[in-house]
Amino acid sequence: MRRLLILDYALSSLWRRRYKNFSIIAVFTLTVAVLGSILLLTHSLKMEASEILAGAPDLVVQRMSAGRHDLIPVRYIEEIEKIPGVGAVKSRCWGYYYDALTGSNFTLLGLDETATHEIHLLEGSMPKAEGQCAVGPGVARIRNVKVGDELILIDSTNTGVVFEVVGTFTEESSILTNDLVVFPKDDLVWFFGLPEGRATDITVEVFNESEVSTVAGKIKRMYPDTRPITRREIVQTYDAVFNWRSGMMLTVFLSALIAFSILAWDKATGISAEERREVGILKAIGWDTSDVLELKFWEGTVISLTSFLLGLIFAFVHVFFFGAPLLTPVLKGWSVIFPDFHFTPYIDLYQIAVIGFLTVVPYVASTVIPSWKTAVTDPEEVMRS
Amino acid sequence: MILHPGILALIVGSSIVLMMVIYGSFVGTRVWLSWDFNSSSEEQLVLERKTFLVSSIVRYALAFEVFSILLFISTIDDIHQLFVGAMCATGSLNANPIGWVVLFVKMGILLLAPVWVVLDIFDQKAGDYPLIRAKYVLLQFLTVVVALDLFLVIKYFAGLHPEIITSCCGALFSESGPGVAGEIAALPSAGMMWLFYVTVVFFLATLMFCLLHRAAAARYVLAVLAVMLFFVSIASVISTFSMYIYQLPTHHCPFDMFQGNYSYVAYPIFLGLFSAVFFGFLPGIFQPLKKVTSLEKHIFEAEKKWLVTSGIATILFVTVVSWPVVFSGVELMGY
Repeated sequence: MRRLLILDYALSSLWRRRYKNFSIIAVFTLTVAVLGSILLLTHSLKMEASEILAGAPDLVVQRMSAGRHDLIPVRYIEEIEKIPGVGAVKSRCWGYYYDALTGSNFTLLGLDETATHEIHLLEGSMPKAEGQCAVGPGVARIRNVKVGDELILIDSTNTGVVFEVVGTFTEESSILTNDLVVFPKDDLVWFFGLPEGRATDITVEVFNESEVSTVAGKIKRMYPDTRPITRREIVQTYDAVFNWRSGMMLTVFLSALIAFSILAWDKATGISAEERREVGILKAIGWDTSDVLELKFWEGTVISLTSFLLGLIFAFVHVFFFGAPLLTPVLKGWSVIFPDFHFTPYIDLYQIAVIGFLTVVPYVASTVIPSWKTAVTDPEEVMRS
Repeated sequence: MILHPGILALIVGSSIVLMMVIYGSFVGTRVWLSWDFNSSSEEQLVLERKTFLVSSIVRYALAFEVFSILLFISTIDDIHQLFVGAMCATGSLNANPIGWVVLFVKMGILLLAPVWVVLDIFDQKAGDYPLIRAKYVLLQFLTVVVALDLFLVIKYFAGLHPEIITSCCGALFSESGPGVAGEIAALPSAGMMWLFYVTVVFFLATLMFCLLHRAAAARYVLAVLAVMLFFVSIASVISTFSMYIYQLPTHHCPFDMFQGNYSYVAYPIFLGLFSAVFFGFLPGIFQPLKKVTSLEKHIFEAEKKWLVTSGIATILFVTVVSWPVVFSGVELMGY
């Protein structure tokens, strides 16, 4: 009951100095919103990446030559297939294409006949015959093509080649297909001028997840010129990259946090004569120093909780409703045609705890000494002056 | 590795806490050196006011420190996916064994910091500051521990290199695993369960007795039982209850249960256990202070609250760990 009364008094005293307190809340909210946006956004990017990679092959085998990625002989497949525990082993033909017309990069993928039925997010059909292709939404937009149109690309001999667009991928799949152009495999081999019996890389299915690294080791011993990459390694790399990026951003914004702490310190130190008189009167009518400290505690709690929740809401809206337009250029990556992200909203207590620890602790630490100075005000001295 | 957001928060937060505690103990030492309660000089008045400053700084700092323990556990749980072979916090701790030292230092702070706060509350309530010296000596010690904690945290996280292949909980907490962890996991589950429930019953019975009688000996017994309860509970959570929580006779890890897959059940378990032990322990260690006349009344008042809190926490803890044993339908008594 006593505590409730002190809280009540704290609220009314905050209201009496509302302009000063609103300015603190505004700055505090902004700080929380910025830090919160960084954390929510990177976490969403991480989740998005790991969800997409869940469908990636267990193991990708690339060939290395002179320390660089090289085309891999298709005959490696036969030996890899013989390793116990290994399922389907397939070669993949794909590559990048710089489109001088629009200044952007496309990903070109050669398709096996067998894989056609797996893709649903498509308008029209997958390319079946020679001279056909399917394009991602980003490519369709930037080259202004739709089903039935023609797409002209420059092949390895600098000759323009006309392909018929028979399908476009839908926007829902844009994170995977945005810059994609799909051809029949033979078309792609011919287009890039790939040598006979070579592929870009080999994908390996491993039935038991805990055997992936053993299989990778065996492949490496069998063909020392290869580099097997496990799915887990890719996920870890994404994790590390996003942690690092958000950590960098947080470090940059730590200076803002310090500035905010100085502001909080300054506002708490510069108490008006009226405020001092108020505390003096409270003490004269029987309040203890510890009661005044409790009052200050509640004031601080109300301010930090309000700002914290408001800041979180702003961060949430910024990231999940607007797609974090202020931060994506730095955190996401760089490309001319980049998919529009629509993150799945989530609430993760751990992220909230991290934001809280980063913002509330400095605020409280910078107001504790000024609060004490107010609390030990001598009533007699104040009322006499 | 330092640039993970959770790690940044921990290091920034702990640095601020350390600065607060150092400032507090600096002011505290000055108060303590020139303290003379019978003097009515202006200097003494200033000193008495300063005790409030020390109290509020250190209380905030210790509250943050306790919170940082939870953050530490969630952080090492969150980063385990960066290590090859790690599946929970155990893997992150093994990636740099200093992590285990950090964990134990943090557990020490978790038990010690609230004792300081309780001492401080009594000191203020008594009116004649009988505990001022004890309080500030303990504060010096706490400052050293907090500094050590920050140093170890930085050393731990700086020494984490994500390419390290760690051994995970499956290896460390398996029955044939090496060292103490393996031995705890191999304890027979039926025997451990008996020992656990017998200890709980004795603890609760002594607690009831303390609530009804003022005998000093009972309080000392309760403190000893609280310490026993702590070790027996941790051993039986690892050796027995973990198998029911995971519904796997081979899995004993105490960290996997901090994850969402097991409904974060470890948080109520360990928070309940810590509160039960801490509040059960307090009446025993504060028993000698009842000789101080200005404190006697306050200690008796507070003692009731401690005993009730400890009892509720025990019941909560026992309910949460027993729930899967009773309701999950898993029968593991043969193991």
